Amino acid sequence: MARFEAYENNGGTCVAVAGADYCVVAADTRLSVGYSILSRDSSKIAHLADKCVLASSGFQGDVKALQRNLAAKELLYEHNHNKKMSCPAMAQLLSNTLYYKRFFPYYAFNVLGGLDSEGKGCVFTYDAVGSYERTGYSAQGTGAALMMPVLDNQLKSPSPLLLPARDAVTPLSQSDAVDLVKDVFASATERDIYTGDKLEIVVINSAGSHREFIELRKD
Amino acid sequence: MAGATDLPPKGGFSYDNCARNAMLVEKGLKMPGFLKTGTTIVGLVFQDGVVLGADTRATEGPIVADKNCEKIHYMAPNIYCCGAGTAADTEAVTDMVSSQLQLHRYATGRESRVVTSLTLLKSHLFSYQGHVSAALVLGGVDVTGPHLHTVYPHGSTDTLPFATMGSGSLAAMSVFESKYKEGLTREEGIQLVAEAIRGGIFNDLGSGSNVDVCVITKGKTEYLRNHQLPNPRTYVSSKGYNFTKGQTVVLSTKITQLKPKVEVTEGDAMEE
Amino acid sequence: MSIFEYNGSAVVAMVGKNCFAIASDRRLGVQLQTVATDFQRVFKIHDKLYIGLSGLATDAQTLYQRLVFRHKLYQLREERDMKPQTFASLVSALLYEKRFGPYFCQPVIAGLGEDNEPFICTMDCIGAKELAKDFVVSGTASESLYGACESMYKPNMEPEELFETISQALQSSVDRDCLSGWGGFVLLVTPTEVKECVIKGRMD
Repeated sequence: MARFEAYENNGGTCVAVAGADYCVVAADTRLSVGYSILSRDSSKIAHLADKCVLASSGFQGDVKALQRNLAAKELLYEHNHNKKMSCPAMAQLLSNTLYYKRFFPYYAFNVLGGLDSEGKGCVFTYDAVGSYERTGYSAQGTGAALMMPVLDNQLKSPSPLLLPARDAVTPLSQSDAVDLVKDVFASATERDIYTGDKLEIVVINSAGSHREFIELRKD
Repeated sequence: MAGATDLPPKGGFSYDNCARNAMLVEKGLKMPGFLKTGTTIVGLVFQDGVVLGADTRATEGPIVADKNCEKIHYMAPNIYCCGAGTAADTEAVTDMVSSQLQLHRYATGRESRVVTSLTLLKSHLFSYQGHVSAALVLGGVDVTGPHLHTVYPHGSTDTLPFATMGSGSLAAMSVFESKYKEGLTREEGIQLVAEAIRGGIFNDLGSGSNVDVCVITKGKTEYLRNHQLPNPRTYVSSKGYNFTKGQTVVLSTKITQLKPKVEVTEGDAMEE
Repeated sequence: MSIFEYNGSAVVAMVGKNCFAIASDRRLGVQLQTVATDFQRVFKIHDKLYIGLSGLATDAQTLYQRLVFRHKLYQLREERDMKPQTFASLVSALLYEKRFGPYFCQPVIAGLGEDNEPFICTMDCIGAKELAKDFVVSGTASESLYGACESMYKPNMEPEELFETISQALQSSVDRDCLSGWGGFVLLVTPTEVKECVIKGRMD
């Protein structure tokens, strides 16, 4: 007898890069299962607060549920405290939300990007059950294995064990960071069948946020 | 028993490693996947011949192993064959049959027939009971006219006016079913094949990259390699990655100068 | 776990302008335990032809010995070295013969052919040839290598630049793979000389 499957993998890749005073969050817009494309224009990015953007890949159903859940909690926070949630606060909330479902997890691989209270770029990267870490850059999803070596090579994050602690932000300028993100996506699209169609890039800096799209291969 | 370092064997498969590999599987190690051609392959019969088409992507799981591989294989000057399934099998089975056909031509001095290659293919595949996983679209023009066949991994065959195979077969067939008609011209045939392949390339993740086409007519074969290139890279970093000399830490280096190969010519050197 | 992941490996080859480079990591492990840190996976067939064998180490060595044997027979009979294309077909035939009980090796072949034309190619473990004009990769770090090479590779690189590029691609990739690493071995072949380098990498 056929068994009910709670999860499927809808593919896709998410990347975030933090700079001194900006943060780039990007994800492709392909939604697929098996060898089929379900949508070429499905956003994986949720703008949760002013300075806080979440990109998630994995199972679309869980991703949508998780992102709405967080958006609702952010709204409650806004009403209770009369201010938007900060990015590090959202990072902790996301971790708690994921761990709350430790034994029936959200099948979602998240990267959270934004600006911290000092206006510095920050990136938080997660596993499916809420373990998280603040880093300078991160990639998650089907194309992550292809992108991480290139990001390492170009941005090389200092070890979290270093004493005194070093800043995890990248030395690149904002335009160079966006250029790098576009290039790693174009490269991953060449080799990962689940990444493609379009790339959605959100850049957050002190001036606010800015969204752009570029085309990727559609095969 | 044939040892590993014996002289080249006469042919056929060797099962030397099977017992060891079965032992490894028993110990819980998984057997690896092989290179697959996810693939859209098609063929159709037109006014005065056959058009074959294929995409050019080879996959290993979710990763593209080859972006521009050749899936239309040579069988005879007047017969070509598209292959889907395990890459090694499609390559080997078409190569073997094509050399049998060549020998047959040497023996008889006549042009090969499509049915001959069809029979050779199916009897090989049938004898391996589907373990040689090649799904083929065979097309050609011989003394009895144009022919198009499909061959399944177990050895069953079909004779059709238009055919598709591989993971993109449904996408490609939807194009054929809506637009194919009898008596297409050469240009219409190529166009329809290319459109069917593009259907597979864009809608099936197992297929991708470029369109290869092969047109076979009486006495003439044209292999249009990379007939269309609908998927160029969309973005290249404006600065590129530049690695300066000495960026990599080298622990030791050994340099060997290569001597130019000396040509020994008969007798000349000792004379004078 | 797949049999390919038992020992861990990373092999890559790249084409430059009238030259090529082939590189591998130096780790030999038994699953997560490192056993040796100077393991050779790239072997010489003749001055201008090399083969890198990723996958199960025991099969890599056996296959290498059979290949050398067959190449020596060829040299005796023909009084010349094999062309890279011919050698690739030989490897392919040797692997496909064992279609139903394969060697767990994914070879990478790199050589300079007639007129010093670079040739690179890889295969799966049953001999499906995959020819490329730019780069080929294999091993447990293959996904990382695909990503790194796809970004870092440029056509027509001079030998020095090719060396840096392949070294950086290899290093970045094996650092993201638990089963390969411990430095690298890079071989750079031009029509006039062969440069073999051991490069430093993370030791974890």
